[in-house]
Amino acid sequence: MPLEMPLLTLEARATPSASAAWLSPLLALTLTAITGAAIFLVMGKSPGIALYIYFIEPLTSWSGLSEVLVKAGPLILIGVGLSIGFRAGIWNIGAEGQFIAGALLGSAPAIFFYESANPLILPLMMLLGILGGMGWAAIPAVLKTRFNANEILVSLMLVYVAELLLIHLVQGPWRNPQGWGFPGTRMFPDAALLPVLFSGYRIHLGTIIAIVLPLLVWFALAKTQFGFQIKVFGSAPLAARHAGIGEKRMIWVTLMIGGGLAGLAGVIEASSTIGQLVPKISPGYGFTAIIVAFLGRLHPVGALLAGIAIAVTYIGGEGAQISAGLPKAVTGLFQGIILFYLLAFDLLTRYRLTRITISKSAT
Amino acid sequence: MTELIIASIMTIMTAATPLIFAATGELICEKSGVLNLGVEGMMLIGAVFGFAAVTVTGAPVLGVFAGALAGIFASLIFGFLTLSLLSNQVATGLALTIFGTGLSALFGLEYVGKTIEQIEPIHIPLLTDLPIVGRILFGHDPLIYLAIAILGLTAWFLRRTRAGMVLRAVGDSDYSAHAIGYPVIAIRYAAVAFGGAMAGLGGAYLSLAYTPLWAENMSAGRGWIALALVVFASWRPSRVLLGAMLFGGITILQLNAQAAGFGIPASYMSMLPYIATIVVLVLISRDSTRIRLNAPACLGRAFRAER
Repeated sequence: MPLEMPLLTLEARATPSASAAWLSPLLALTLTAITGAAIFLVMGKSPGIALYIYFIEPLTSWSGLSEVLVKAGPLILIGVGLSIGFRAGIWNIGAEGQFIAGALLGSAPAIFFYESANPLILPLMMLLGILGGMGWAAIPAVLKTRFNANEILVSLMLVYVAELLLIHLVQGPWRNPQGWGFPGTRMFPDAALLPVLFSGYRIHLGTIIAIVLPLLVWFALAKTQFGFQIKVFGSAPLAARHAGIGEKRMIWVTLMIGGGLAGLAGVIEASSTIGQLVPKISPGYGFTAIIVAFLGRLHPVGALLAGIAIAVTYIGGEGAQISAGLPKAVTGLFQGIILFYLLAFDLLTRYRLTRITISKSAT
Repeated sequence: MTELIIASIMTIMTAATPLIFAATGELICEKSGVLNLGVEGMMLIGAVFGFAAVTVTGAPVLGVFAGALAGIFASLIFGFLTLSLLSNQVATGLALTIFGTGLSALFGLEYVGKTIEQIEPIHIPLLTDLPIVGRILFGHDPLIYLAIAILGLTAWFLRRTRAGMVLRAVGDSDYSAHAIGYPVIAIRYAAVAFGGAMAGLGGAYLSLAYTPLWAENMSAGRGWIALALVVFASWRPSRVLLGAMLFGGITILQLNAQAAGFGIPASYMSMLPYIATIVVLVLISRDSTRIRLNAPACLGRAFRAER
């Protein structure tokens, strides 16, 4: 007697599905919230209240919204840069180090001319911040192009080096001489601080830069040949080589863009919300931005939206720590889970689930 | 002087052991064609669950098992995503590291500041008391011997056994291996799980023997250094030992130099292992033919059997 067995199987799509590509981040976020509810339940907290604090409360007040955008700023800037590199298949995962390097070099004018009131100091700092990030990213670029050294490992090792360099500077040579021995530089002069937009809220000029920049990058990528080359290089390296798109140039350009934007994010952070350099200036923005890049589908505008979404969980996490006594570490766990779900759902952009029926004779 | 040299060798071995565990696991994983960048995350998970098990039960053996099991669990998430759902291995490995960092930090909160009894070096009467070689050969903690034994078995497995040859075939030519009839995905699952167990053991070694405590992010990049070690070793187990001892030596050198002063800022000395990793990677990778000849040909590529 033949048995009818319905089976689900994967069938490769001829072209990746665009709708599935944009649906999977939403699915991933939803499932993360559900998983989060289960985690809260295990921890003995009311899932409803905890989820509200995490995902909704930051969006219910002006100050909450302002905080979300301020937090999203560095994530967006770094995320946009990383998505360009990831699109080309260049895995710069050391953005955290480039962020710190940008903050270090960019802050130097404010630290050495701590009484300056010159309005040009701020543009100079921004420029140096970008150069600092680029310089740090140039190390993996040169080692990859000249010596074939893996950019993943080199850029990551440099994160630890940058962190130690920052600690050394703020504890030693750059320490505030009037700081009672506490690690940290002098507070930056007013001229070296990015202007706040609305009094009473922390949202500042750097936040606006972070929101506008993805739109500019999107435009630039869509309108220039370079945008097309990146796409070709990432999806078909051999074809790219035949089309004369040099691998070395692609490595340099993507690492410079990623490093430069991470460095800019670093100096913006130092000259806005922090206002000085301290031993720890980033809660892991450079790593979280990797999630932002993927969640944003390696698209600049996607990175903008994803940066805001992830920032909500950061601010929600801070709120949950204060009002519900939930540990901050939950935020990190959520970020990992979001990325897992996202990668799982991405299967649906490349494959289609089809039902097949296998006739099997039972013997 | 001899006492100093003996003491140095002993401490170098303790610094090298977590790297031996993690790098051996990753080596097998990569030999099967799978690049798992989640070693750092798996080590942290192994460290915290191993520590928790010892805190609860008081039995170091259970801690070692808990560390390995937790590593397997973490690696199977990676395996399911990359092997069954065909996700990008680089991205999924990064996700595993982010996830592992978060999970270990959360789960470890209640263990911060707790102390346990350290896994002690063995002492065999007469043998350990032999002059000079006694302690170097018979005076380490049991996990060091376990690490070296596993490394030796891995070398033997890859070179001398049929199963090892199949594993290499899967990593070098997945579609051919599939065509002959080997279960490519199942073999890769096994390799990934072995990698997870080893990374978990490496992590547990950190929290049970190296420094008997739990601290957030305590692996401090060792998972990434282990990944670099596999490249350094050109995917050959024998060279893993050499590389791990080299890095252990640098770690100890840095600690001793800090203690001795020398006027070099402590932060600069702490950079040494990371800078050394970069230097070693550059030296090894310069010869791109060698990398191409030794690296598993299918490393990082997804495999899906055609119907």
